Amino acid sequence: MTAQNEAAQAPDLLYSEAEEDLRSAVRSLLADRADAPTVIAGIESDTPHDLRLWESLAAGIGAAGLLVPEKLGGQGATHREAAVVMEELGRSAAPAPYLTSAVVATEILLALAADGGPAAGLLGELAAGSRIAVLALPFATPPADGAAAMTGTLERTVTGVAEAAAADVLLVPTAEGLYAVETGADGVAVQPLVPLDLTRPLATVTLTGPTGTLLAEAGPAAAAVSKGLLAGAGLLASEQLGLAEWCLTETVRYTRERHQFNRPVGSFQSLKHRMAQLWLEVVSARAAARNAADALATNSPDAPLAVAVAQAYCSKVAVHAAEECVQLHGGIGMTWEHPAHLYLKRAKADSIAYGTAGRHRETVAGLVELPAP
Amino acid sequence: MSTDIDAAQIRRRTQELLAAHPPATTDRTDFLKARFDAGLAWVHYPAGLGGLDAPRSLQPVVDAELAAAGAPDNDPRRIGIGLGMAAPTVLEYGTEEQKQRFLRPLWVGEEVWCQLFSEPGAGSDLAALGTRAVRDGEDWVVDGQKVWTSSAHVARWAILIARTDPDVPKHRGISYFICDMTDPGVDVRPLRQITGEAEFNEVFLTGVRIPDNRRLGPVGAGWKVAQTTLMNERVSIGGARIPREGGMIGTVAKTWREQPGLRTHDLHQRLLTLWVEAEVARLTGERLRQQLVAGQPGPEGSGMKLAFARLNQEISGLEVELLGDEGLLYGDWTMRRPDLVDFTGRDAGYRYLRSKGNSIEGGTSEVLLNIVAERVLGLPAEPRNDKDVAWKDLAR
Repeated sequence: MTAQNEAAQAPDLLYSEAEEDLRSAVRSLLADRADAPTVIAGIESDTPHDLRLWESLAAGIGAAGLLVPEKLGGQGATHREAAVVMEELGRSAAPAPYLTSAVVATEILLALAADGGPAAGLLGELAAGSRIAVLALPFATPPADGAAAMTGTLERTVTGVAEAAAADVLLVPTAEGLYAVETGADGVAVQPLVPLDLTRPLATVTLTGPTGTLLAEAGPAAAAVSKGLLAGAGLLASEQLGLAEWCLTETVRYTRERHQFNRPVGSFQSLKHRMAQLWLEVVSARAAARNAADALATNSPDAPLAVAVAQAYCSKVAVHAAEECVQLHGGIGMTWEHPAHLYLKRAKADSIAYGTAGRHRETVAGLVELPAP
Repeated sequence: MSTDIDAAQIRRRTQELLAAHPPATTDRTDFLKARFDAGLAWVHYPAGLGGLDAPRSLQPVVDAELAAAGAPDNDPRRIGIGLGMAAPTVLEYGTEEQKQRFLRPLWVGEEVWCQLFSEPGAGSDLAALGTRAVRDGEDWVVDGQKVWTSSAHVARWAILIARTDPDVPKHRGISYFICDMTDPGVDVRPLRQITGEAEFNEVFLTGVRIPDNRRLGPVGAGWKVAQTTLMNERVSIGGARIPREGGMIGTVAKTWREQPGLRTHDLHQRLLTLWVEAEVARLTGERLRQQLVAGQPGPEGSGMKLAFARLNQEISGLEVELLGDEGLLYGDWTMRRPDLVDFTGRDAGYRYLRSKGNSIEGGTSEVLLNIVAERVLGLPAEPRNDKDVAWKDLAR
């Protein structure tokens, strides 16, 4: 392999200036409109999603259309930019249907919108942030199960659908193909559940034969759904990275200030080592998450492995960071008032979303030929 | 300070070197000397000292061109301590005469270096060292004992830190010297290790006379000079691009694929977890490399040694278990004194035992975690009671 080939194949693991600019815009919006007290107040209201915040993020900044080409009404950016938005959403733990609508549903529609038709129309609305669509599958569905999801009819109950309560449209996989179904249509009931992670609500969707629009036959739809789930799992790693970073930064800040035994608790070696270890995990998670985002952005043949590696690694880092955050905050970390619990709940729910670390390790085993006994 | 040399110019100079000294017909050492004199040894070094004052990021251009042409390299594994630690210190603190005398034979490999830092009573607390250097006319007379000295049995020179003033606090009374390992007062004894072989040595220094012109930096400033050495010890990582399964995980993965009879479910779970972690460590190193090339060095390097130490230990431990009956055997307990650390080339038992040193050598993992916590995260230091006490009054 020549040096040039190698360079062409090497993933770009850094952030571009444009990506850093996007980050600043998203971060300042979220700092302004989704600080911890606002988020905590919101999750206890009947409408956890702040639609004005969504409008600013999706339409104002244009974040919802990052994956969508300009000719279809989007920003013509890539998964690399969308990953930066995910990092910031992870850092703020704000409720926003970004992952479900602007990543997974958008990616599915993108795969189906090549020759115009209803998928292209809906895609434009999602990119503009004027409507929200979610895939009607359990949030835990891993990319590997995308094809298997093409079963049943529009008469069914689907449990654990993320952000269904906020959605205008459901993308429903059936044996016939993929349907777009309006949540307001007759024959659709969306029943909110009590989720572990209050910042990403779940619902049971009950379909009793509503009228839907067929977006694609089962074959192409299965490939599109798998692609959507792969993008979801891959960019979830960036959310997990942002979340873990917040937990570490906040824990370091707190232990520098909190005094016990006449010194800052952050000066005790046993605590310092735990935070240094966490720092190393966060640094590593960043490389894994950037690798997944870059592989998705470049449509690399390596994308399935890059995503499985990122999920197998970043899930655990986010949970570890959130658990350490609660523990090292002591009693404060156990209170409802302090935001640590938002991150713990989000991290734990994320560790199941789009497949557990164990499921992703099984995918790795298949891809790199390390078979089970 | 770097000049405006670009990649195309570096590539042209490299081609000129290859044309004037064809690797196929040129003696290895002669080629290396010519490369040094052409400024292509370490391009970021000054002109005349093996470099061109060029950006460090251009070195991979030279290395790739030379590798493609089949040119000999300077065997960095054999001269690692000189290359990675002595050279940057000589460059930063040496006199012009010292730089001219030492850098070329070091880089070419004519002179191997070792490092006389650690002592039986001063490992992680390196500044507590007790080896004394007493001024006597134009010389310093050195007495003491050093330990864990790799390559001492083949080294021509050593970087040495010794106490020149016991009456001030420990960090302030140290000076830094270049020690001639052929001096009659230097006694190198093999130190047999856990692996059965003597990769390291004990070095006894008895009345060793070092001329004052082989001191690096001012008298009493040895701790500051040593920081340059120690920083460079950890910075060398991240330079080379590692392929997937490039490290120790590759050996285990190969065994797994080739010997289905050894597989168990428990080992499978552990193998997959470690495979993922090794891949992530590889990507983290790659990201660090890209940062360096882009001129944005981050603190990640200080974490990489921690990650590799733990991974090597866990992977080599898994490998011994995976091998089962074969894992009960050990290749060779014969006492040997190797020229270099042959880390992956030997059997699983050796790798398992040798990797135990990865979390101790070059700074223990515990000390590195403290460094990350204090310098990267900005956490407060633990209270200390040794900073303002004269070295001679410290408990030991």
